Amino acid sequence: MEELSALMQGFAVVLTPMNIGLMFVGIILGVLIGVLPGLGGANGVAILLPLTFTMTPTSAIVMLSCIYWGALFGGAITSILFNIPGEPWSVATTFDGYPMAQKGKAGQALTAAFTSSFVGAFVAVVMITFLAPLVAKFALKFGAPEFFAVYLLTFCSFVGMGKGSPFKILVSMTLGFALAAVGMDTVTGQLRLTFGQTELMRGFDFLIAVIGLFGIGEILTSMEEGLQFSGKSARINAKVVWETWKELPKYWVTSVRSSLVGIWMGITPGGATPASFMSYGLAKKMSKRGAKFGTGEIEGVIAPETAAHAAGTSALLPMLALGIPGSPTAAVLLGGLLIWGLQPGPLLFVEQKDFVWGLIASMYLGNLVGLIVVLSTVPLFASILRIPFSIIAPVIIVICAIGAYTVHSAMLDIWFMLGFGIVGYVFKKLNYPLAPLVLALVLGDKAEDSFRQAMLVSQGDLMIMWANPLVGSITTLGLLMLFWPLISKVLSVIRPPKPKEFSEEQPVD
Amino acid sequence: MSDQHASESAGSPVVVNNNTVDAVVAVILFVIGVVVIFEARRLGAGWADDGPGAGYFPFYIGIILCISSLGIFYQSTASKARDTDAFVDREQLGRVVSVLVPAAVYILGIKFLGIYVASAIYIALFMIVLGKYSYVKSVLLAIIVNTVFFMMFEVWFKVPLFKGTLEPLGFLGY
Repeated sequence: MEELSALMQGFAVVLTPMNIGLMFVGIILGVLIGVLPGLGGANGVAILLPLTFTMTPTSAIVMLSCIYWGALFGGAITSILFNIPGEPWSVATTFDGYPMAQKGKAGQALTAAFTSSFVGAFVAVVMITFLAPLVAKFALKFGAPEFFAVYLLTFCSFVGMGKGSPFKILVSMTLGFALAAVGMDTVTGQLRLTFGQTELMRGFDFLIAVIGLFGIGEILTSMEEGLQFSGKSARINAKVVWETWKELPKYWVTSVRSSLVGIWMGITPGGATPASFMSYGLAKKMSKRGAKFGTGEIEGVIAPETAAHAAGTSALLPMLALGIPGSPTAAVLLGGLLIWGLQPGPLLFVEQKDFVWGLIASMYLGNLVGLIVVLSTVPLFASILRIPFSIIAPVIIVICAIGAYTVHSAMLDIWFMLGFGIVGYVFKKLNYPLAPLVLALVLGDKAEDSFRQAMLVSQGDLMIMWANPLVGSITTLGLLMLFWPLISKVLSVIRPPKPKEFSEEQPVD
Repeated sequence: MSDQHASESAGSPVVVNNNTVDAVVAVILFVIGVVVIFEARRLGAGWADDGPGAGYFPFYIGIILCISSLGIFYQSTASKARDTDAFVDREQLGRVVSVLVPAAVYILGIKFLGIYVASAIYIALFMIVLGKYSYVKSVLLAIIVNTVFFMMFEVWFKVPLFKGTLEPLGFLGY
């Protein structure tokens, strides 16, 4: 039980008054971010990242990961009370959460949502505790070809598992890679794609892209719909919480299933959004009361919330163990690690034990703190949503501008942010997925480096990607994912599939 | 979701359809792809003396980008399954532009006035013009919000923000 003692060590690192305080600050900011339209987990963390530069890496990651948990919790509040998903992964929660609120059972719905979020995250953290060190140990043997194969698999899974046009997923991804290439080439020192502009030497920082794509883009889409908030009020008291908690164990099968779906979708870069939809769909199919889903079934709240949180948490496993994030928010956290001078990847578990186990310990504590905070402060956060959009919108644009400026203290970045905002708006309307773009922008240089190193070893022979069984099977799996849209089309011609009722509604993250 | 909404507000004339925008975006992406390919070739997309050249990887990225954008162009123009729903109607476009243009003016303002002053003016005007709030309320809120930001960044976290070329807040000494 080496992991357990390491975890205890981690708790010791995290349990300082300073870190506990930051945890509360992080959770509250996170819920706020989750509740407000236009600010989400990814861009919220991106905006607040520069504030942590002066902290120690452990305190910084404790606060930032707590913002992430808070955002995951916060999405549920708006879904249930206002029928407006604050985050894409809480769309599925609106299906049964809002009808419950309409029936006057908002308290139960919220309690169920928060508790299942906690359960999902908890199961995922336990999984990370025991699995991450193993994966890291295994990955220590990786060479450049293996790493490139894992990158390949990551990106190809977007194509294989995403819904919508595979071309659009590919475009989003390659656009990210192209933007990542702008600036100084890390190997030869040549300037690439700068066209003589010195300002472009810095390249495009993915934090700017995240703030623009998700923040400004979101504001533009919300503005277009001319948002009118009309919400149900909720009062949560100890009695409602207790009554709901007594009821929840009945649905343990749903919880376990949703956790597993979430963990799987989180580790592979499916993300929290597809996980929540898939889990809702499965629960609907398998539950005895499945026909009543959509009219305010508590199980319809438990399933997506558990899965979304499990996925959101598991997305940190590949980030910690391999240095490959499973979601845009995990990518932003990874960017933070780089800025604090930590090299994410398998070596982190050897060289930065305190940091890694501190982070894992903070996941346990952060989610517990989160549960307590959200259960006790729902009315407060619900009242924030009653602030008219014409006040919130300019404030959020200002926050985004400040966030974009602080990354490099560069004026030009604010313009890039606005540009990315327009791209985000258009892409969202045309159903281009944004996650591949962000991940490609973050991982572009590293993926390219490992590709070049692999090519250097083999002197340009692509067969190195099949040089041994390990790298060969990862590469093959990746290619299988890449061509899955084609393969499934061929399969459906040979053997027409049963009509799927739910997967149609499943959007790309 | 946006599709649902488009059908709800069918009263306003549609400016442009999804497939048209799709095709235009595909053309832009294709051009970007071509630029990447040419730049990669200029940098050396082949094998240099010491290994793959600086343009080796971007070259293939450019090619995939071009092929995919051609695919999207086909899907949006020739395919039967093309999406002819409304991309945006006039009312929606108006709302979006009413946020976008002031935002651009605001960013231009930051250059001269600095983040705090420009933000205060932006928030106040946004509230007065788009939110129809009273002058007093708007100006007061704008000042409060920016004072909080000022305290947070300059005083507590010590992250200096852009003060503008005119430095209107120079007298504060930060």
